[in-house]
Amino acid sequence: MAGQLHKVPEQPSDQATVASAPVASSSKLGGGGTLRRISWLSWIVSDDPPGRLLLNAIVLLILAAFVFAPFLFPGAKALGVASRICIFVILVASYDLMLGYTGIVSFAHTMFFGIGAYGVAILLAKGWVGWGAVILGVAAGAGVSLVLAAAIGLLSLRLRTIFFSMITLAVASFAQILAQQWRSLTGGEDGLTFSVPAILLPSFRPLSHPVLGVTINGPVIAYYLTFLVALLLFLVMLRIVNSPFGRVLQAIRENEFRVEAMGYQVVAYRTMVSALSAVMAALAGALMALVLGYNGPDTTLSFSLMIDILLMIVIGGMGTMYGAIVGAVLVVLAEYYLQNILGAINGAIAGTPLLSALFHPDRWLLWLGVLFVLIVTFFPQGLFGWLRQRR
Amino acid sequence: MSREWLDRLQRWAPYAVTPLIVLAALPAMGLTAWVTLTVAGLTMGMMLFLVASGLTLIFGLMEVLNFAHAAFVTVGAFVTVSVLGPLVGWTTEPSLPLNLLALLLALAAAAAASGALGFVFERIIIRQVYGAPLRQILITIGALTVIEQLVIVIWGPEAIALPKPATLRGSVFLGASPIETYRLVALFVGLAVAAAMQLILTRTRIGLVVRAGVEDREMVQSLGYHIRRVFVGVFVAGTALAGMGGMMWAQYQTLVSSQIGDSMLILVFIIVIIGGLGSVGGCFIGAILVGLTSNYVGFLAPTLALGSNILLMALVLLWRPRGLFPIGEQ
Repeated sequence: MAGQLHKVPEQPSDQATVASAPVASSSKLGGGGTLRRISWLSWIVSDDPPGRLLLNAIVLLILAAFVFAPFLFPGAKALGVASRICIFVILVASYDLMLGYTGIVSFAHTMFFGIGAYGVAILLAKGWVGWGAVILGVAAGAGVSLVLAAAIGLLSLRLRTIFFSMITLAVASFAQILAQQWRSLTGGEDGLTFSVPAILLPSFRPLSHPVLGVTINGPVIAYYLTFLVALLLFLVMLRIVNSPFGRVLQAIRENEFRVEAMGYQVVAYRTMVSALSAVMAALAGALMALVLGYNGPDTTLSFSLMIDILLMIVIGGMGTMYGAIVGAVLVVLAEYYLQNILGAINGAIAGTPLLSALFHPDRWLLWLGVLFVLIVTFFPQGLFGWLRQRR
Repeated sequence: MSREWLDRLQRWAPYAVTPLIVLAALPAMGLTAWVTLTVAGLTMGMMLFLVASGLTLIFGLMEVLNFAHAAFVTVGAFVTVSVLGPLVGWTTEPSLPLNLLALLLALAAAAAASGALGFVFERIIIRQVYGAPLRQILITIGALTVIEQLVIVIWGPEAIALPKPATLRGSVFLGASPIETYRLVALFVGLAVAAAMQLILTRTRIGLVVRAGVEDREMVQSLGYHIRRVFVGVFVAGTALAGMGGMMWAQYQTLVSSQIGDSMLILVFIIVIIGGLGSVGGCFIGAILVGLTSNYVGFLAPTLALGSNILLMALVLLWRPRGLFPIGEQ
């Protein structure tokens, strides 16, 4: 198989057979840009920089904001938002491996997210302590996700896109029901509250003096742990999509029959990518559990979470990887702060009955949904893909 | 000889699944409970069939999988609330004809509202994503979210109580087994719609075109039929059926929330998968199968109830990967 990997077809974009998949990604054709000139940077981003000057600047700006987040945006809420964005970047980028790069629609991504979170949560809630337990929990969650994703893939990825997505929807809802009903293991609807390792607790303060006006404590350390894992996993995924394996995935997205005819086992590749993406989602879930010190069905398994992921990937841009960052930042910020904006509009037009209901602070999902439909209709390549294509 | 028998067995085995489950349930629970649960399962199956049949026909004809189908169920349910609200005099009156008339009006209104919305929906959303499964799934999921949020904007975020009409509240007894009166009404409506659908599909010209379109779209087109126009009709009919299903389900649950469609969507998908995508007959049998399984398992092992249908689907798919009655095999 290793020998096969190198005779990868060029992107058959001339084949108009799959009109659905947005043709983005692969910036190898385009000229260098600033990042290209610095070879070690280029190596880190797998020769796939965000784009030219403007896009590189945007991505670097976001990166800088996250590196200094605890100092730029002090306060527990802001730190929570930043951690959530980092976790969602992993979740959405791993979903992009399937949706954007391979053209598979799965609704079971939150299930793997939940399995990862429960892996850590169950062990810590059952009285195990320390990093040993955390590592064991992460390994268990990732292992279960890997096996489950491979099993689902082998059974149903031979079928058409639509069949697979319906089956994953059913399996995911089964997982949610299981988590709600298996009280002795998962704590049912109430979920599990547990104590994370001491380093991550608010009472842990390694330094006696604040740094730049911010007290370094457990949550700050937890944030940096999340951030570093997210950064690392993101770069790993960027490497994967730019590897020969990633090229085969994109070829499958463009024309599955042609790839099959060239001697690649499409089912095997699809199963591998869905298992890989499941493991990434499980790791994201484990981080979520560590950051929150709590896990329940609504936190990691609900269908609305799946809608969030779809919003992020479509708004950010499918098949670009960097779109995951843009999408996660925009949607998570919208979740937390769009309510305030809507509240302000709502206050201004309080008199009119239907109009003020449209701008009720709780209707933020309505506006994101409208944006989602508009983007699928008019900018199928998403915000990032659109910016990248303009050049 | 034996080969021929095996073939025959293969062909008839899918039909035998439902009767076998019904028979197997009898010794497990005793006659009294069995009668009640079987009727309950059939009723639930009928309500699910109303919703699932539209989905499967729409898919069969144009290969469009509409995740927003659930939204039409929700709209039907809330229109029922709006219609039965002013008619509260009719529904609280202990007179069967008045009660039934109120329900019939609500049913018609729900179908009309969902169908009208379906017509607009096909123009705005579906028309631009023909033949693009990935965008189809995305855009209909987005539309589902938007419609549900709009329902909350119009009818408010709280769940609304919808008491059953006065004469349909209690139970009647069949032997020793109690059977809710409303279930009988729902069973009758479901069977009537299924029969009407069957008649239209098999005995009319338009039904013939629709069935032929499901089998081979290009051929029907080349014979001079405007398949897009036929599809708009089927889409409107399918969404109207979803609205009717929403109405019946809302009245049965006696509580209407904006999640009512979502809660049905997964069951409906399971039915459509079990029956074979695009097959109306398979959908009918699948709906009954799911309804019966939910009720039997809910009685025998309540904690398994919600998951039982997903297990059922997995078993069916392991046996027949394309569903019990895949299109194009008859």
